This record gives sequence, structure tokens and C-alpha cells, in this order.
Amino acid sequence: MAKMTMVEAINMAHAWEMAHDPSVVVLGEDVGTNGGVFRATVGLQQRFGKARVQDTPLAEGLIAGTAIGMAAQGLKPVAEIQFMGFIYPALDQIASHMARLRNRTRGRLSCPVVLRMPHGGGIHAPEHHSESLEALLCHHPGLRVVCPSSPARAYGLLLAAIRDPDPVMFLEPVRLYRFARQEVADDGQALPIGCCFVLREGTDVTIVTWGAMTVDSLKAAEQLAADGVSCEVIDAGTLAPIDFDTILDSVVKTGRLLIVHEAPRTCGLGAEIAATVTEQALYDLLSPIRRVAGYDTVMPLYRLEHDYIPGVARIADAIRATLAE
Amino acid sequence: MSQQQIVARFEIPYRAYLDAEGAALGKLPAWVEDGELLRRMYRMMVRARTFDTKAVNLQRTGKLGTYPSCLGHEAAHVGVGAAMHPDDVLFTVYREIGTKFWRGVDLLDILLYWGGDERGTVYRRTPQDFPFCVPIGSQMPHAAGAALAMQIRGERRCAVAFVGDGGTSQGAFYEAINFAGVRALPLVCVIVNNRWAISVPVAAQTAAATLAQKAIAAGTPAVQIDGNDMVVTREVVGEAIERARSGGGPTVIEALTYRLSDHTTSDDATRYRSADEVAAARRLEPIERTRHFLQSRGLWTEAEERELKIACSEEVEAAVKQYLATPRQSTDAMFDYLYAQPTPAVRAQREEARRYAAVGH
Repeated sequence: MAKMTMVEAINMAHAWEMAHDPSVVVLGEDVGTNGGVFRATVGLQQRFGKARVQDTPLAEGLIAGTAIGMAAQGLKPVAEIQFMGFIYPALDQIASHMARLRNRTRGRLSCPVVLRMPHGGGIHAPEHHSESLEALLCHHPGLRVVCPSSPARAYGLLLAAIRDPDPVMFLEPVRLYRFARQEVADDGQALPIGCCFVLREGTDVTIVTWGAMTVDSLKAAEQLAADGVSCEVIDAGTLAPIDFDTILDSVVKTGRLLIVHEAPRTCGLGAEIAATVTEQALYDLLSPIRRVAGYDTVMPLYRLEHDYIPGVARIADAIRATLAE
Repeated sequence: MSQQQIVARFEIPYRAYLDAEGAALGKLPAWVEDGELLRRMYRMMVRARTFDTKAVNLQRTGKLGTYPSCLGHEAAHVGVGAAMHPDDVLFTVYREIGTKFWRGVDLLDILLYWGGDERGTVYRRTPQDFPFCVPIGSQMPHAAGAALAMQIRGERRCAVAFVGDGGTSQGAFYEAINFAGVRALPLVCVIVNNRWAISVPVAAQTAAATLAQKAIAAGTPAVQIDGNDMVVTREVVGEAIERARSGGGPTVIEALTYRLSDHTTSDDATRYRSADEVAAARRLEPIERTRHFLQSRGLWTEAEERELKIACSEEVEAAVKQYLATPRQSTDAMFDYLYAQPTPAVRAQREEARRYAAVGH
């Protein structure tokens, strides 16, 4: 098995599925000759040809909209939005059509589309290149939203996303693209969408997080372990629909819940998780649910981005506060 | 057999005053007699290039974030700036430092912006100009809106908007020029066709023979120019601005140039275009031809060239020094400009951010 980065694993998943399913077509800005600005699609056009790996004109609404038409014709488009901050022109197509086509036509037409996009900040990128907009997507019924946190999970979840009969928004944390190498088997095995991944087992407090914040959450858990605190760290993995069974089982065990995300706090996904856990497990809670999130600000330019993105200290403080109550 | 008649015909003029060596192709516009103006324009082009070279070097040495070079665009950028009136309003993409410098934006502002500091959008001398616009094409409706405001108030001003070749594929571009056409808005749109949208060449962007002709469908006059020719750029943009300011409606100008650099410092253009193509484009670059043009009119000497290069380098070095000595903003800067009056949540989170700024986050 080869050790590889997340972006290499994403590339490998594309190649596997394109080799095994002729209906898979890749499209987006700079995905062909250039192999994508992060090189996620590098080599695919050379291997599978220009018909199956299409450089589109510079128009995100076009990319999302044409993916709908292609999907309804039986293709499986895997489209790249170059950065999540550029998704807004595509939102009309995603919200008004992609998420609804199955429902509008009583199942006659559907959209097995994957929209991949780099998610989050932390790499000193320019303005609009560091956005965490998962809540915008999770709010639209009809979409699945997935956010992997390791090379192997990226590989398995991208395969699952491409094979899913409905549209899947695939959020790729930019900070993790080349963060760590991991052995990934190129075996075509998908991981389940709609399931959490328990990254660290513990008994005192449950931390639910996703994407790049899994790294900081695990570090905080490690730090607290030295003080005898046992944290269970859960990578939500799929943000819509969320695997509440796993989260609730954990909360029943620990009695305490902390949710960590990079996106702004207000109306972030943490609020949804907190509300559902409150509804279903209030009497198992030993302390109020807490959230550590990005501030309710515009993502600042890069000199302040690490003041915006929650770090280990904020997470560790929140864990201690939860335990103190 | 059905009857057929042609109901409309269109043509796109191409205009240029200088050839690639800087020799006049024919009769020049009258303003070219203003030698001091020509010298100012040339000096600004060299200033922009000197800054640009330094900015790329700063990025390479880890002192600046991702930076989009303007190498090769100097005539188009400075020509537009020189055609504008101070009370016109400028809407750019993210590469047009020559235009911004002409209008009085500080070198330091540009360094701060690409250095990850929002204070680089303050623009003390052009309080109505918009900052760089990264989401492609999205500046176009803003320019149309500013033009509509000027029209509603009966002002003799106009909005000037840049867009790139890739930007002309965005819906917002069509929406804006369509609206400008139907309302005869005082809008001048300059499409800087530098042939490459990152790795995608214009031929893969559109089947249209020119980008200018996209304006035909909007009922807007359109012209293509040599964007490496500062004389034609100032002249044609100037004509469009005067027409817009006097109620004659919008114009779309396609300025042909070439992106001699990578898309940004994060890009590697050797992956997708040939060295031969770049070398051929380099022979058409604007600065040398402009210098030849000035020299042929007795407006420029070798001594002046040496002095200019030293002056530009000194000015850029001084700005860089100031940039590197600028302390980063406090965390309050994330919160203080979200609303005119901070909300309770903003005030509370501002305190939290201060706490973590003090102890580490």
C-alpha cells in the first residue's frame, strides 16, 4: 500500500471510479490540462481523455447547472468548484434544481452529482479562498454533505459520493490536503456516507467535529489526557445527514458534549447538533452543551486567520469548562 | 421557399496607434502632443512593473501571500487610469495596480492587501473606488449600479469596470452589460484579454471571434484595441468615458494583451502553455515599445531611464520597508467593521478573541 496525502487519495478515487464506471465524467475550471489548482485531478485527462475530463469556461453556475443536465442524462458528473468561496453563483442551481429534481419529478429524474470543493482556511490563501460554508448546504433538503478528515476517509467517502444516487457536496479541508501521509489501499472500497467515525474513544466528554478541526480536537484531547481527562473525539464525516445514533450513544456514555467547527458560530451546524442532542438526550447530560466555533465575522485575511480559526487552547478551555460544570 | 432577409449586421473595429516597436501606425490623437502626459504614463508603467517584480520576490521569500502579477498588462492598466477623471469610479479585478497607482492608491495598500491585511483596501485618495474583486465577474453589476446612481442623480461622471477574458463567461458579466445597454448607463467596461484564465485559453472559453462582440447582444458599442499600446488604450477608453459622461451610454472595450507571468505565485504556467508562445508574446510587451515611442519623439533619454529605475526601486523599497514594519492588526479588526454599530454577539466575541490573542489560541 502506498502512503499518500489526502489530495493524492482524492485523485486515486477519481481514477478508480473512472476506470470502473464509464459514466463518470469530471468537469470544472482548470481540472484538465492543469490537473486542478490543488492537483486533485492531475493526470486524469491524459488517462481518460478530454471527453471525460472537461475544462469548463469560468462560470460556477454553469458547472453546477450542466452537471444537473448531464446527470439527468445518465452520466455521473464529478465537478470541482475551485474554492468553496466561489460557490455562490452555483447556489442557485444547487438549491433551486440539484437538490430538488428528484422530488419535483416524483423520482423520474435525479441528480447523482458530486460537487467537490476545497473547504476552510489556514493556508494563507487570498480573500474568498478560505470559507467554511457547510451550513449553507446542509440547510437544503435533498443534498448530502460530506467532509473527510484523512486520506483514507477521503478515498472511501469520495467513492461513496460518486456512487450515491443523489447529489453529494464533497468538502475537502485545504489544511489537510497535504497535512499527513497515510497508507491508502486502492481497492475501490467505499466508506459509508451518513456514519460518524470515532477517532478516539473516551469516557468523560464527547467532542463532535469534522474536517481540519479534527486535528486540533485530537491535540486538545491528547493534552487533556495528561490531566486525566478522557475525551471521545468523533469525526462527523457526513454533515448531512448526521449520524446522530453514534453521537447520542457517545453522549449517553460521557454525559458531556462539545462541538467544534471552523465555520461561524451563529446558525452553524453545531447549533443543529446541540438542539438534536438536547431533544433526545437532555436527561443524560451532566453539563450544558458547548460550542467552539469560528467567530461571527467575515473570514479575515490571512494575518488574522489563526485568530479566527479555533485552536487547541480554545478547545481545551471549553473541555475544562464543560467538566467544571 | 421562405423569404430571407438580413435584419441586423455587426462589425467589431480593431484599433491601434503604435506597432510592436513603438512606431506610429498613422496619425496620432491630438493629446499625444502633451509630452509630459506621455512621460507620466510611461513612468507609471515602469513603477507598476518595478513594484510587481518586487512583490513576486517578496512572495517567493515568504514575506507576502499569494500574489497575481500584472507583468505585461501595464499599458492597458495605466492607459485606463490616464483616461479616467478623478470623479469617475473604478471597479477592478485583482491585477490592475497600474490603474490604482495612477489614481493615487499607495504601494503600501497593495502590499498590505496581498500581505493578508484588510487595511490594504483603505485607498485614502480614491474613496469611492472599490477594492480588488476576487470572485470572477462579480464586480460588473456593482459598476452598473454605480453608473445607475450617477444617471439617477444626473451627474456627469461614469463607472469604469475591468473584467478578464475568463470573467466574460460569468452570468454577472452579461447581466451587467445588458442592463447598461438597455438603460444607456454611463459605464465603460474594459475586458483585459490576457489570453489565459489560469490554465484555460480564450479558445476554450468561447467560440466567439472576439470578446468585444459579446457586447453586441447587449446593444452596446464594442471595440477591440491593442492593449499593449498605451496611446490607443487612453484614446479609446477616453472616448468611451467622454461619451458615457455626456449621456451617450456604455461601451465595451476589449484590450488585447498577454499574461506574461503565472496566474498567481501559486500557479505554474509551464504546465499548460509553451515557452515559444510566451516568448512571442514577450516581443509585444508594452514597456519597451513605449520607451521607443517616447525616444522617437525626443521625450526620453537614457539618463532619464536610469534615474527612473533608481527612483522606482527606492520608492518600492521604502514601501516594502513600511509594509514589513507594519504590525498586524489586533483581533478587534475582525469585528469592528462588520456593522456600523456592533451587535451584542460581536461585542462578546471581540472580548473572547482579545483574551485568546493575549494567551494564545
